[in-house]
Amino acid sequence: MLIIKLAVRNILGAGLRTWLNVFILSLAFLTIVGVQGLLQGFNQQAMDAMIDMELGGGQFWHRRYDRYDPLSIENAHEKMPESLTRLIRKGEATAILMTSGAIFPEGRIQSVVLKGIDPAQTLLDIPSAILQTHGEGDIPALIGSRMAKEARLEKGEVVTLRWRDIFGTFDATEIVVAGIMSTSVQSVDSNQIWIPLDTLREMIQAPGQATLVVLSKNLRNIPPDDGVFVFRDLDFLLKDLTAFIKTKSAGSSILYVLLLFMSLLAVFDTQILSIFRRRKEMGTLMALGMPRTAIIGLFTLEGALHGVLALAMAAVYGVPLLALAAVKGIALPSMTESIGLAIADTVYPAYGAGLVLGTTFLILITVTIVSFLPTRRISRLKPTDALRGKFT
Amino acid sequence: MEDQILIATERLVKHYPMGKHLFTALNDITITFKSREFTGLVGPSGSGKTTLLNIIGALDSPTRGLVRVMGQDTGTLSHKQAARLRSIYLGFTFQTYNLLPVYTVYENVEFPLLLLDMAPAQRKKAVLQALEWVGLMDKQKSRPSQLSGGESQRVSIARAMVKAPKIVLADEPTANLDAANSHNILQMMIKLNEELGTTFIFASHDDKVIGYLKRKITLTDGKVVEDARMDLPEGRNTC
Ligand SMILES: Nc1ncnc2c1ncn2[C@@H]1O[C@H](COP(=O)(O)OP(=O)(O)OP(=O)(O)O)[C@@H](O)[C@H]1O
Ligand SMILES: [Mg+2]
Repeated sequence: MLIIKLAVRNILGAGLRTWLNVFILSLAFLTIVGVQGLLQGFNQQAMDAMIDMELGGGQFWHRRYDRYDPLSIENAHEKMPESLTRLIRKGEATAILMTSGAIFPEGRIQSVVLKGIDPAQTLLDIPSAILQTHGEGDIPALIGSRMAKEARLEKGEVVTLRWRDIFGTFDATEIVVAGIMSTSVQSVDSNQIWIPLDTLREMIQAPGQATLVVLSKNLRNIPPDDGVFVFRDLDFLLKDLTAFIKTKSAGSSILYVLLLFMSLLAVFDTQILSIFRRRKEMGTLMALGMPRTAIIGLFTLEGALHGVLALAMAAVYGVPLLALAAVKGIALPSMTESIGLAIADTVYPAYGAGLVLGTTFLILITVTIVSFLPTRRISRLKPTDALRGKFT
Repeated sequence: MEDQILIATERLVKHYPMGKHLFTALNDITITFKSREFTGLVGPSGSGKTTLLNIIGALDSPTRGLVRVMGQDTGTLSHKQAARLRSIYLGFTFQTYNLLPVYTVYENVEFPLLLLDMAPAQRKKAVLQALEWVGLMDKQKSRPSQLSGGESQRVSIARAMVKAPKIVLADEPTANLDAANSHNILQMMIKLNEELGTTFIFASHDDKVIGYLKRKITLTDGKVVEDARMDLPEGRNTC
């Protein structure tokens, strides 16, 4: 076909202009993939951390348990059905019991959520074994580093804990900080105190009871609901995080939006400008008798070919770059604390197939559209106007 | 063979906006051109020569009046039909050359033939012949930016003539050429005019061109003030 031949001839003939254009396009492509990949890696890491530390492969919740209502947890525990205790015995699940309480560090009062966890469990990444090795005496407690900072507690320190048993009677005892874990997952850290499951069961006189049961990530057959404990899958459990990520990434990543905008602007700029600069050329083509549709086809095809070349170029120098970033990770020094998301200091970008294909598509479509629109507009001119370089 | 009328204009008027007023570039032009003509539009700068050529070539549209080219009213043609008319019947040379900047000389001359879908072997022959006519065989691979004004002009002429169109509209074709080149090219044009019956319409102030004309139309302020047959074109005797 003539226009294919001509498009290739134009692209090669333009030499440096073509390669500059293609280079800018490839930069735009890589910027979008790179920044998006960072964001995806960031989100993926937050999710993984949350799954490893807290959610497992899904959870069974006591029907009255409501994670948004701290008051609900006081009576949201019961004995577990056989189907769940069997899983726990096999090590494919672990029970968590919760109640609310308060501690009095240095005379201040701070309300906390008390969580009982089996010290022998290995299903969650919480270092519960610390609770096991602790000797006689005060109740051993495990807290996160953020909690330690908030309450100004140090390892080995003793603090008074107050709680209510199932009859609503206040009781108090001393607990000792047996260990401080460092974690990026806030919901196992802030205002949380982990103590041995059996100890908590005794404290609130709830033998054999649990608030929720965490399933192993590898568990294939989920037992049916029994009416008391209700299954919550990961989609449900991560709903908050996903929503949070969405708002956070929309709100706090002005940088990302800016980059995206700039990349697209670069595409717009190079394409539209180069086409408007070529309106005299289009006038010549019209004068020589090239039909309007062929001219539009030619310039649009050229734009699209620029896109294809840019993708090829991006693949050549971009793949090693992006791969390096994915392997080495990218350090985000100060963001962790302020964003409050579960992220580590180093983010490993993740480039999904969807991201790469989506961006490829986005670039190709953009470059084609921004070639098509101005060409169509110029081709509506009378040949003399186009030759004179008139703007419409 | 009876010479048929190829181009006819009827009460052609062209206004250009100039500030708040209208500037009349062509004023009531009624004129016909037959096949085998070798005609020049002469007149002072700004008298409307280029404007008239552009309108005849359907590159521009008149404010009022009719233009008929090869029997077709150009005012009623669609984009596509006008493009076809230009591609098949018309060859242009522009005052400003208008070469395609990224193409080589060869590719520039070849372009009209690509639009006509001519077979490669035939195409090559025609291109080389046209380059030979204008004396640019050694510049085939050059790009327009590497050419002198006169060379660019000759490429523009080769491009207009390569398809041996029925009508060649040549705007100041010799403005940048030396005497020898002008002479060669005009001889070529006369040859095409006589052998193939190609109609040439020039816009020119160049005396070298005027010496070859069979017919001279003088424009002043957008009006035809003289339309003269040149009985014995003197230039033709001096080859
Ligand atoms: N697009 C335009 N807008 C406004 N005025 C124009 C336009 N094109 C031409 N004119 C005016 O129309 C008049 C005729 O222009 P034209 O180019 O036809 O002259 P010409 O006879 O070819 O002159 P020259 O010998 O200098 O090439 C000029 O006065 C010019 O200023
Ligand atoms: Mg002129």
